[in-house]
Amino acid sequence: MISVASVSLPVNETLEIKKNRFCPADGGNGRRISIVTGIHGDELEGQLVCYEVAKRIRENPEKLRGTVDLYPALNPLGIDSITRGIPGFDLDMNRIFPGVPDGSLTEYLATRIVEDLVGSDLCLDIHASNIYLTELPQIRINELHRKKLVPLAMEANVDFVWVHGANTVLESTLAYSMNTLGVPTLVVEMGVGMRLTPAYGMQLADGIFHLMKKLRIWDGEDIAVRTPIVSMEADEVSYLNAAVSGIFLKKKEHGCMVRKEEEVGAILNPFTGEVLEKVCAPHDGLLFTIREYPVVDEGSLMARILKREVEES
Amino acid sequence: MKKEVLYTIPSLYRDDFRIQGYRFGSGQKALCVVGSLRGNEYQQIYTCSKLVKQLRQLEESGNLCEGKEILVIPSLNPGSMNIGKRFWPTDNTDINRMFPGYALGETTQRIAAGVFRIISEYQNGIQFASFYMPGKFCPHVRIMKTGYENVEKARQFGLPYIVLKVPRPYDTTTLNYNWQIWETDAFSLYGTTTERIDEESAQELVEAILRFLRANGIVKQEGNATMQGQRGKQDAEENDVRQNNVPDSHVLADRELVSVRPRYSGIFRGKIQVGERVKAGQLLAEILDACEGECLETLRAPVDGVVFFEHDNPMVYANTAAIKLLP
Repeated sequence: MISVASVSLPVNETLEIKKNRFCPADGGNGRRISIVTGIHGDELEGQLVCYEVAKRIRENPEKLRGTVDLYPALNPLGIDSITRGIPGFDLDMNRIFPGVPDGSLTEYLATRIVEDLVGSDLCLDIHASNIYLTELPQIRINELHRKKLVPLAMEANVDFVWVHGANTVLESTLAYSMNTLGVPTLVVEMGVGMRLTPAYGMQLADGIFHLMKKLRIWDGEDIAVRTPIVSMEADEVSYLNAAVSGIFLKKKEHGCMVRKEEEVGAILNPFTGEVLEKVCAPHDGLLFTIREYPVVDEGSLMARILKREVEES
Repeated sequence: MKKEVLYTIPSLYRDDFRIQGYRFGSGQKALCVVGSLRGNEYQQIYTCSKLVKQLRQLEESGNLCEGKEILVIPSLNPGSMNIGKRFWPTDNTDINRMFPGYALGETTQRIAAGVFRIISEYQNGIQFASFYMPGKFCPHVRIMKTGYENVEKARQFGLPYIVLKVPRPYDTTTLNYNWQIWETDAFSLYGTTTERIDEESAQELVEAILRFLRANGIVKQEGNATMQGQRGKQDAEENDVRQNNVPDSHVLADRELVSVRPRYSGIFRGKIQVGERVKAGQLLAEILDACEGECLETLRAPVDGVVFFEHDNPMVYANTAAIKLLP
């Protein structure tokens, strides 16, 4: 294990961000991929991906040509305490990059992470939406970096690539900092918070080995990857927000195609047995996000649908 | 005083979420004051409540200027405050990271949009703010440096300091930043505390706002601004204001503050008070081993200056700005 950053805590404990490095005995060809996850302590899908990547390398170490760095826990205190942000600071860790070396403890950690990732030929930052929503495996790309990142995202074995508009707030994310520093960084969103979805873990691990093959880091047999649906236009995605507070029941699974006016869920009133709102698709398309957590306030996001024609069956 | 509900979200099981406002006077929308945006901002709601009480007295005694309206919103987030949570109860989002808001978006985006539609119409905006780190501040006015900041007007509060902050990306969704972009002269007022009531600090900020109101012709100069307690000091200040002797403010950029950071985490024992003038080399705090009580480190002043910020939690983390000095 290699220590990326380390700070003593007040009572008999050291906060340490660690990575595991795999490389051939001769040091390899200098190519490097970094897999990071756990910036949000409640998003765990990346745990299985790191495990699977490490396992496959251990099973066939002779096929490794370059360096693979695995960072399964960028926010170890958050993961261990089921906390999304950094415990003790109530801060979203993905809003403090690139950090400042003489800043607070959190900003110091951010700086050390960025410094450590510099030099990678590719970085994947794996997220799992949050505890409320389930997502189809997808890569999200800031339009500012689309030229460089879309071709890489096409090879990652995800179902969907979403190029979204630039947003000043997102300039504080790890991915934005790394892309600005010239390290191509793909943000993966898949599954749901606080859970593992084994099929998605395997799917993304396959994508990572395919990318590693392309980058000449891995010399194993190539794995065929799926071609994702790509969305480049802002108005292609509809957001379905709750019109009333209540209990949301999903009627469709994420990843399915829905038709205009088809019911994707309902908001229920357990007191009266009434349906408070039927949640219907505003157009044909791919349901790539669906709400998992039943309690909704007015405004809570319940689904996202990508506009696409649905073929007649 | 007119009490009205500015924004409501019906709830299935809890009482409806209601943001309540208090209007004083009528006519030109002269000033909006926002108290707590987060559920732990107790000092902020308390200061606002004192202001509401004061403005009510001023209105009843005919001391508000004709044709001017003041809106005070003590809490934008009663739902969190009632359950002792800092951020939004269900999804833990921060309303002060949602401005200018989005009426068709998620819950806290809707709250921000619903309220901002009303409060962006005011000529002046004041927010009682808090810092993300636990600590005590020298009372000051803080303004984001957006290019629209109005430093001269900030002097009318007569607080000792005006801090100009260069916004970082995540600041662009705060109330102060968006108020300025929508052409309201916006000021964040920092008192000493957040989670504990500091009577003197609350009083100081109420008085600062009354100075601002008089300077801007919203409250009459000769008004009978009877405050509770501190009579002598208050009378002297009112006389000053009548003669336009508003105390001068020192304007500084936040980067001018010198941070003092411990190398070790441990128990924090402060040895100075906020506002105190210290000499280079003076002992500021000790960091103690949490189990053995031994002193791990002494924090000393790197420069002569005034203690502008002091950490006030029992524990401190290494490398965190525990004290900030103004040289």
